[in-house]
Amino acid sequence: MIVGKQKPFEVIWDMIKEYKKVLIFGCNTCVAICHEGGNKEAEILASMLRMKAKQEGLEMEIKNRGIERQCEHEFFDSANEQIEWADAVLSIACGAGVQFTAEKWPKKIILPGLNTTFIGVVERPGLFAERCLMCGDCILHLTGGLCPIARCSKSLLNGPCGGSSKGKCEISKEVDCVWDMIVRKKMEQGRLEDLLRITPAKDWQTSRDGGPRKSVKEGLVE
Amino acid sequence: MNDLKSGSNLEKVLSAGHFAFTGECGPPKGANIDHLKEKIAHLKGMVDAVNITDNQTAVVRMSSWAASAILIQEGIEPNFQMVCRDRNRLAIQSDILGAYAVGIRNMLCLSGDHQRFGNHPQAKNVFDIDSMQLIALAKKMRDEGKFLNEEELDVAPRLFIGAASNPFADPTEFRVYRLAKKIASGADFIQTQCIYNMDLFRDFMKKAVDMGLHEKCYILAGVTPMKSVGMAQYMAKAVPGMDVPESLINRLRGAGKGKTAEEGIKFALEQIEEFKEMEGVAGVHLMAIEWEHKVPEIAERAGLLPRPKV
Repeated sequence: MIVGKQKPFEVIWDMIKEYKKVLIFGCNTCVAICHEGGNKEAEILASMLRMKAKQEGLEMEIKNRGIERQCEHEFFDSANEQIEWADAVLSIACGAGVQFTAEKWPKKIILPGLNTTFIGVVERPGLFAERCLMCGDCILHLTGGLCPIARCSKSLLNGPCGGSSKGKCEISKEVDCVWDMIVRKKMEQGRLEDLLRITPAKDWQTSRDGGPRKSVKEGLVE
Repeated sequence: MNDLKSGSNLEKVLSAGHFAFTGECGPPKGANIDHLKEKIAHLKGMVDAVNITDNQTAVVRMSSWAASAILIQEGIEPNFQMVCRDRNRLAIQSDILGAYAVGIRNMLCLSGDHQRFGNHPQAKNVFDIDSMQLIALAKKMRDEGKFLNEEELDVAPRLFIGAASNPFADPTEFRVYRLAKKIASGADFIQTQCIYNMDLFRDFMKKAVDMGLHEKCYILAGVTPMKSVGMAQYMAKAVPGMDVPESLINRLRGAGKGKTAEEGIKFALEQIEEFKEMEGVAGVHLMAIEWEHKVPEIAERAGLLPRPKV
């Protein structure tokens, strides 16, 4: 899923304080799972912002609303009225949701309330960790189901580098060395020979390096 | 002689069967050519080639190919280091051609320290290719006369291709296989990480020899003399992939005030003596960073002078 993190409260406040009618707009799928951008978080954030407006003595109306997904047309209908009402919409969806909302309401001020951080998993409640960099050409079959592109700080395809120490990455003792994990897993599986093959330079055209991407599903596209 | 891949002095020394001795120098943090010349003057005639580091520890310095070109002007052979952190495959290939054009004949291929260590942690990292792929790329350009995209290039860069090996990084049991991969990719010579844990290194070299790797590639053992107890403790604790045994720290501490640096040099000299006899070791790479003026003394006391003329 897509993981996000709300921008600092003061940053959000600075973005919205010049508007009279503000809608805090949640997205109840990915970013609800990390408890940062769902409809419940929209409700909490709106109430904190109303308190702030009161403290600051500003005449503002702040409402909240949420839909299932801000990245698909069909879910927006239930929120049309509130979006029309607002001077500014603070979307706490991922970057895709914010942009889709902005595309649909080109005359509205649409603001981002969230930093979209990564595609990851819930390692344990409250702890989210990156797993995929969306390179567009999956190599997990070569690396024992562990992605060095997303999880090696240098995206090495022939690791581990000389900075791997006690299972940790050279950049921080908080970061696991994924190549250490790959090597140990392959050795335990008795598949060391998989690691002796040299992986050639990657074709990054399928990644963002090839320019903004589109994907077509034949038979569905009109 | 026609069999030489690059014709570099380092290659000639090694292929003639001499015990090689290489040094290292970091380019200036600025365009201070005088300071660079002063540092490298200590190394002239003392070593077979001098590694010129490439923004080491991700701190910006004068470009390694430019500093290498200055060494050539001064009559010293550089070993041009190139990291994958700062360049994509376009820049890498054009820099290889440029380096060769200004007379560089040795190149050490490295992934590079992550920029988070350095003085521009805000930088976007590149790592388009890794060190293994860089070795293969340099070999392809030299031996096939082709770019990575298979296009022919006009005059191939005939470089003596080097790579690094860290026997002490984890998982240590995989390190000899990674060395084998670098050799299979096309490394002509290897310079190892600074060695302090001799037991582990002996074991590593035994495995390398058992696999016949020393017959396919020249392996130079990395030596950095400890200047102080503080340096040893820092390397033990703060430098990832560095293995400094407690016994060495105690030995330096036991040397007494004012004598630690001499004890560090003595340990380095003992290491060099052992490497001269160790099967599979073809030379020593001395990384006396910011201690270049000590290199002549170390070379002399190690019995490595005069350097062979080949």
